[in-house]
Amino acid sequence: MARSVLIVDDEPNIVISLEFLVRQAGYESRIARDGDAALAAVAERLPDLILLDVMMPKRDGYDVCQTIRANPAWAGVRIIMLTARGREIDREKGFALGVDDYVTKPFSTREVVELIKHYLEPAP
Amino acid sequence: MSTGALALVSLLYLLVLFAIAYGGDRRVGLTGRPLSGPWIYSLSLAVYCTSWTFFGSVGLASSRGLMFLPIYLGPTLMAALWPMVVGKMIRIGRAERITSIADFISSRYGKSHSVGALVTGIAIIGIVPYISLQLKAVSDTFELLTHETTANLFDTAFYVTVILAAFSILFGARHIDASEHHRGMVSAIAFESVVKLAAFLLVGGLVTYSFHDGFGDLFAQAAARPDIAQLFTFAGSGDYGTWISLTLLSMMAIICLPRQFQVAVVENVDEAHVRRAAWLFPLYLILINLFVLPIALAGRLAFADQGVDPDTFVLALPLAKDSAVFATIAFLGGLSAATGMVIVETIALATMFSNYIAMPLLVRGYLAFAPGRDSLSGVVLAIRRLAIVGFLLLGYLYARLTGENFTLVGIGLMSFTAVAQFAPVLLGGLFWRGGSKAGALAGLAAGFLLWAYTLFLPSLARSGVLPSSFTEWGPFGMALLKPGALFGLAGMEAVPHALMWSMIANIGCYVLVSLISEQSAIERIQASQFVDSFNAVPGGTSQFWRGNATISDLQALAARFVGAEHAEAAFRGFSQTRRISPNPDEANPELVEFTERLLAGAIGTATARVVVASVAKGEIVSLHEVMDILDENSQVIAYSHKLEQKSKELETTTAELRAAYEKLSDLSRLKDEFIATVTHELRTPLTSIRSFSEILFDNPQVDLSQRQEFLGIVIKESERLTRLINQVLDLAKLEADTDTWDLVDSDLVQVMEDAASSVGQLFKDKGVALDLDLPAQPVHLETDRDRFSQVVINLLSNAVKFCDPQTGRVQVSLRDQADGITVSVRDNGPGIPDWACEKVFDKFQQVGDTMTSKPAGTGLGLTISRNIVSHLGGRIWVESPPGQGAMFAFFLPRIPSDGNLGAGSIGPDH
Repeated sequence: MARSVLIVDDEPNIVISLEFLVRQAGYESRIARDGDAALAAVAERLPDLILLDVMMPKRDGYDVCQTIRANPAWAGVRIIMLTARGREIDREKGFALGVDDYVTKPFSTREVVELIKHYLEPAP
Repeated sequence: MSTGALALVSLLYLLVLFAIAYGGDRRVGLTGRPLSGPWIYSLSLAVYCTSWTFFGSVGLASSRGLMFLPIYLGPTLMAALWPMVVGKMIRIGRAERITSIADFISSRYGKSHSVGALVTGIAIIGIVPYISLQLKAVSDTFELLTHETTANLFDTAFYVTVILAAFSILFGARHIDASEHHRGMVSAIAFESVVKLAAFLLVGGLVTYSFHDGFGDLFAQAAARPDIAQLFTFAGSGDYGTWISLTLLSMMAIICLPRQFQVAVVENVDEAHVRRAAWLFPLYLILINLFVLPIALAGRLAFADQGVDPDTFVLALPLAKDSAVFATIAFLGGLSAATGMVIVETIALATMFSNYIAMPLLVRGYLAFAPGRDSLSGVVLAIRRLAIVGFLLLGYLYARLTGENFTLVGIGLMSFTAVAQFAPVLLGGLFWRGGSKAGALAGLAAGFLLWAYTLFLPSLARSGVLPSSFTEWGPFGMALLKPGALFGLAGMEAVPHALMWSMIANIGCYVLVSLISEQSAIERIQASQFVDSFNAVPGGTSQFWRGNATISDLQALAARFVGAEHAEAAFRGFSQTRRISPNPDEANPELVEFTERLLAGAIGTATARVVVASVAKGEIVSLHEVMDILDENSQVIAYSHKLEQKSKELETTTAELRAAYEKLSDLSRLKDEFIATVTHELRTPLTSIRSFSEILFDNPQVDLSQRQEFLGIVIKESERLTRLINQVLDLAKLEADTDTWDLVDSDLVQVMEDAASSVGQLFKDKGVALDLDLPAQPVHLETDRDRFSQVVINLLSNAVKFCDPQTGRVQVSLRDQADGITVSVRDNGPGIPDWACEKVFDKFQQVGDTMTSKPAGTGLGLTISRNIVSHLGGRIWVESPPGQGAMFAFFLPRIPSDGNLGAGSIGPDH
């Protein structure tokens, strides 16, 4: 069964590009357009990896990350944070909340694809 | 006239004088009332007029014309300053129990023995010739009247000396407390002043109206003689320089002569008398000088070339006409002038001598070797009496030594110049706090040395006491050091020459040394007491003294100098008038000071201080503390006022700074947030552009329709980026207020129609209806057409963005009102929730339904619109009743208020 990636972002065009990349890499992709939708999607079916935007209406990315990490049932999910906030303090905050990696927008598509592959197909 | 008869008359006159003095001592005059009024005071001041005035003025006038006048001009000018100068001296003198000018100056300079001794020394050396002059005048006139000359050891002058010594002792040295007023002596002096004035006026009247036919006749006769006529001209009366220096000299002498200080300050009983004397005394001087020139002219006319001494014209004229009565009157006038001067002067000098030369030596020995119970008051009295005798004998010796070589005026002026040396330290001490003891010593010594060199030694040389070569050629032949023309300054008369050099040295040394020397604590206290006498520190100097003494010790000490009875009375009086100290054994500083003052009257301030200090163990507080108390009290108050003010200013500044800091950090935080937000908003479209570009680059195999879609996104996001950058710049311009506003009269209907048509395509594309509700007539307003249009277009773009395609409807209206115009844009979209109505105008606050598509916009449009409207003096707002869409509206006033227009940035939080 194909690995599943949940894409969380409120920017439609970024979602389109990420969806294209994830599918091309051979994974299943699901979409959430804000924090609440992301948590609902996780609760519905646990993805293997989440590409998580930070600045979103209603519930932001940090909050989503914190909620997921607080639930032991969801412990196995990988989280890569994608954000336009590139300051060091934002990065640290992300790692402190338990993200696996942190990518600053605008990102390199190859790098994002490499990261997704890295976390979903660990070296034997 | 026989010697015996004249001697008898003289003795009788002196006995009358003594009777007056005796009565005066009992405070009873002829009227039975105390003799101490302003008239007595003014007349006693006339002790200034000595035999120099009585005989010498005529002598001078007969050769130099009006040259005798400056000596009286000076005191007359000085009288105007009396209430200020003498008044101050009297107040200080009373407070400090001052007994002489030496006491006064010594007290001012820290109660210094050395200063007092130096003043005393100068006074003795300077005044003895002056006393000698009086003795000579009396004996000369006595001999002239009796036609007798005695050349043996005990000549007339000697008997005069002895008799005057006896009277001086009787008048001035009968009891001990010298600072008590010698009322008897003052009465006698006042009487003598009346006698000499009356005598001179009588002789003058006789000469003018009996020997001649009044002033007119006398002056006419004199004018007929060329050698006499030149006396009337200024040329015959000396040069300006001499006049000015003699006037200045006598101005100083009238306050510095020991006898003048005695009668003006020490003997003063009421300060108010000074104001009366300020015009009575000059009047006296005018009267006594009235007949000087007539007598001089008459003398010149009568004794053309007979070798008669002009100094004796007053006596010789009546004598020549065989008028024995008037000759005797003239003699008695001269006698009164001479005796008045001699009595007061010797008493003053004797007090100074005993206080500053004898007592310090005596007290030192007494304290060291004889701390017994013997009273010293008898010793003090004996010293004074001996001193009086001594000075008169010195005067007699001087007269014998110098012989006939000097005029009355010459010696008088020499004495004047000597005592004038006191003027700088005296006046400086009254008005300049900085004058120090070292400065006073230096000034006095320098002035005195130059006086001695330029005036006194030459006078001895001319009398043959010293070799005369150094006056003619200079010492060791050095012409530059010639006493009469020091440093080559030739051509001046001796007295102005000596006055100038001695004053330059005196004032120069006094000021310079005072400036470079440090004042001790006691000097500072005394300087302050003298200079600030009009608002002296209450409680005197006692506040500066710390220490302890027993009352009985102090009283015993006082008894030794002023007598047991007197001391007991004084202490009793003190305890009655003042709060007595609770412990009878312990004297408070006030009593210690009282004792010191009590003794000061008997033995001088400087000695009294030493004596009291021997009993009252204690220290004056440190110099530092004295400075604190005296000089810095007022300064401290001023400083603390300033400090208070400064700290208030500082507080205000601090508050301002804090406010500014808070504002700045607020602004800085806002700026940071803004930049972070802008960055975020820039990164978002950039991310899409980069992603799709890379996807297309890496995946050439994507099909055409997808490629088209992706490229379309890239283009749209690029446009979004461009728009965002433009709006950020626009907002920055609005906030920085760097844009120029082109305010012109515009037809708003036209502007709105243009705006509507420019967004027409947007509405068509989305299928949204646009209704224009504009007035039929043009609406005129002075505004910036482009900015106005920008706001309208922004509101229309927003409205169409939120409307549903096909069913959307936007209504635009323009209302023309009296005070301005209102534009409204209403849509039928989802509306804006209440909580967001306030925030929609803030930067990057987009309200949209995220479940659908995000509204395409930068989040800055409404912020920019609000800034523009604010700049134009208006306001913008939004109304959104639930279910009725949103209505954005703005109002612009017809006359934009200056306060808002161009008033700088209107930030989001304004």
